[in-house]
Amino acid sequence: MAKKFDLKKFASNNAIIILIAVLALFVGMTTQNFFTTRNLSNLIVNMAPRFIIACGVSGCLITKGTDLSAGRQVGLAACLSAMLLQSVDYSARMLPWLPDIPWPLALLIVMAIMAVFGAINGVIIAFLKVPPFIATLGMQTIVYGLCSLITNNQPMGGYKKSYLNVASGKLFNNDFLPFLLFFALGVGLFFWFLYNKTRHGKYMYAIGGNESAATVAGVNVPATLIRIYILASLMYALGGFLVGAKAGGASTATGLGYELEAIAACTIGGVSANGGVGTVPGVLVGVLVFEVLKICLQFMGVDPAYTYIAQGLVIIVAVALDLRKYLAKK
Amino acid sequence: MSEYRLEMRGVVKTFPGVKALDHAQLQLRPGTVHALMGENGAGKSTLMKCMFGIYHMDEGEVIYEGEKVEIKGPLDALNRGIAMVHQELQPIPERSIGENIYVGRYPTKQFGPVTVIDHEKMYADAAKVLKEVHLNFDPKAKLGSLSVSQMQLVEIAKAVSADCKVLILDEPTSSLTAAEVEALFTIVDELRAKGVSIVYISHKMDEILRISDEVTIMRDGQYIGTWQAKGLTTDFIITKMVGRELSNLYPPRENVPGEVVFEVKDFTSINPKSFRNATFNVRKGEILGVAGLVGAQRTELMEGLFGLRAHTKGTITYKGQELKIDQPRDAIKSGIAMLTEDRRATGILGVLSIADNVSIASLDQYLIGGIMLDDGKIEKLVQDNVAKLSIKTPSSKTQIQTLSGGNQQKVLISRWLANDPDVFILDEPTRGIDVGAKYEIYCIIAELAKQGKSIIMISSEMSELIGMSDRIMVMCDGRVTGFIDGDKANQENIMALATQFE
Repeated sequence: MAKKFDLKKFASNNAIIILIAVLALFVGMTTQNFFTTRNLSNLIVNMAPRFIIACGVSGCLITKGTDLSAGRQVGLAACLSAMLLQSVDYSARMLPWLPDIPWPLALLIVMAIMAVFGAINGVIIAFLKVPPFIATLGMQTIVYGLCSLITNNQPMGGYKKSYLNVASGKLFNNDFLPFLLFFALGVGLFFWFLYNKTRHGKYMYAIGGNESAATVAGVNVPATLIRIYILASLMYALGGFLVGAKAGGASTATGLGYELEAIAACTIGGVSANGGVGTVPGVLVGVLVFEVLKICLQFMGVDPAYTYIAQGLVIIVAVALDLRKYLAKK
Repeated sequence: MSEYRLEMRGVVKTFPGVKALDHAQLQLRPGTVHALMGENGAGKSTLMKCMFGIYHMDEGEVIYEGEKVEIKGPLDALNRGIAMVHQELQPIPERSIGENIYVGRYPTKQFGPVTVIDHEKMYADAAKVLKEVHLNFDPKAKLGSLSVSQMQLVEIAKAVSADCKVLILDEPTSSLTAAEVEALFTIVDELRAKGVSIVYISHKMDEILRISDEVTIMRDGQYIGTWQAKGLTTDFIITKMVGRELSNLYPPRENVPGEVVFEVKDFTSINPKSFRNATFNVRKGEILGVAGLVGAQRTELMEGLFGLRAHTKGTITYKGQELKIDQPRDAIKSGIAMLTEDRRATGILGVLSIADNVSIASLDQYLIGGIMLDDGKIEKLVQDNVAKLSIKTPSSKTQIQTLSGGNQQKVLISRWLANDPDVFILDEPTRGIDVGAKYEIYCIIAELAKQGKSIIMISSEMSELIGMSDRIMVMCDGRVTGFIDGDKANQENIMALATQFE
């Protein structure tokens, strides 16, 4: 049955995306150097870690939860990566006794450590029934405190070359094929498969759609929730690892506000605040829209203060539009 | 001015997938009790919600005291003198009785330049109103300290306090004891004598015939007719409500109950007010009906068996083997399936597709290599069930919440069929389903019994229980009070067991 294309409905369902596309076209035509290789390559590199973090938080959102500790977990992961991957001849090494370890091993260690935080989040939410908003708000503060503690509030740098190369390297030296792209691609494919082709994915959507009904249908709700929050933390670990490599340094301030960006990107991309709805391509579009907005405002020479205001407005409008879809049906 | 206090004409209201009201009408005379009757899903509550401004009708008009009016919302209705006591209460248990009565229209006083709530006046007025309906509660007590039936009476006090001209009572006696029902009828008589028009919705024939002056019957959202209550018989009303001869209401049953397979012994809730010492069994291929009044704890007992509620003692055995059930997934693994009472709250996964809803409980069966789901297999399962149970849906990707109640119920039955369970617990399986679809659900239940499944069916519709059950178990106040063979069951002997309070 072919559906008639409804322009009005399409426009209202994708208002934010259309708006940003128009903005990008406008900026592209009125300023120089917007549609350049460099700028697009920049966009890809900026998007990659954010997309990975947004994928992590998407599972929490689809099950009507949230994860406010995402940004601080990214920060802690970046700091842990820094401690493990400072070059051995760097004088201000945080852990001078540490032997040289290859970056993949360091990444695995960081992921293993961060998984613990996800597991704690999951257990608190699934078994103690603390609302996710509160549970992860508490975790956010705890993680920040731990991060300050282990880093002595000192910013870290002096990374070894192979770590830096993870973020700056490119396949075939092609500007459009940075290594970061392949991390994001791998994560995206993994999540798409997980959400669409596995029991875990179906259970996740079922819990988001109606937790009580999912329980009646025999879904192991606590186990699924814990898996979701652990997976989220693994993504923050990877995200933080990459953010650190990209910045060439890390401090307790790394990752500040990333949770809000990730949640906003998911929502813009159609992950519903009412639960049970959301796709990986949607998350990708959400991240894209958010990053394009930032670049556009930057190109227009807008004061960063206004950039924050614009981003905030986009978040609120996106959620309002999303909820309207459900209100209209009543 | 016309002879009617309020008239509704040609009311149409459509919800996604259902035409809830199809040119319904109602005419209320002052100082009368008007019974509104119809099966579940006939549109009675919907019509009343239109009158009370909770729903906006798509078509039709309301003429109130000779004038055409548009009721914008509940507050507007209250201001015009139309009050409603809802079937489902909307209490705020943590606030006082007085506040619950005056919520949204608190009496106020000036405190300098600030308008504040006049608590003294509110509690004084509340005390007066409570007295008017013969209730002896402290208006400052928390509403949550009352029982459900007492809360219902407070709701009625709230309606009375609005000084209403039209009062809608939507199944007001469903949770009241006999004495409380008498108290309610006294209040209704007093209000009628004052000239109030009362709309009375109930399923209980004896109540209707006793208290009402006029009866309007609805079926499938349509107006069937209005009659003087005097001289009406129960048979006449049921025939009009159902719209077909009673003998064709239920499918012929070809099931042959065999040996006892499912046994429950001394099953007791951790909540002392809930089910206690429940002992019963179900045979292979038997339909066991479960009767009882609201508050008999039938749902609680079944949810306990299915692992949704905790129990302190008691055993469940299937074919001689004791089952350990702490949560629904244990029950499912043991071959038990349950259709819950509230389809929307604990049954359907509203925003998900038919395919997801059908397959969610049996995903383990469709794995390739232990990880990946076989979409082809799932689609085949869905298509088989859509054909077998004649589920009306545009596609397997359609959101389940857009289907009608009957089709949603069939999808939920498909969900369990995919697991091939041996014991089906059905809690009000035809609630909120239109008459035609009800018959189809009955056919499915009869067919399952014929295949040798054991079926436990809770129902609050007497005729459904008598028409479908091989045996009826009756509960009262958390206890099993007796069993009656299906062919010997009637309204009287069921009610006798259902009211055996200790």
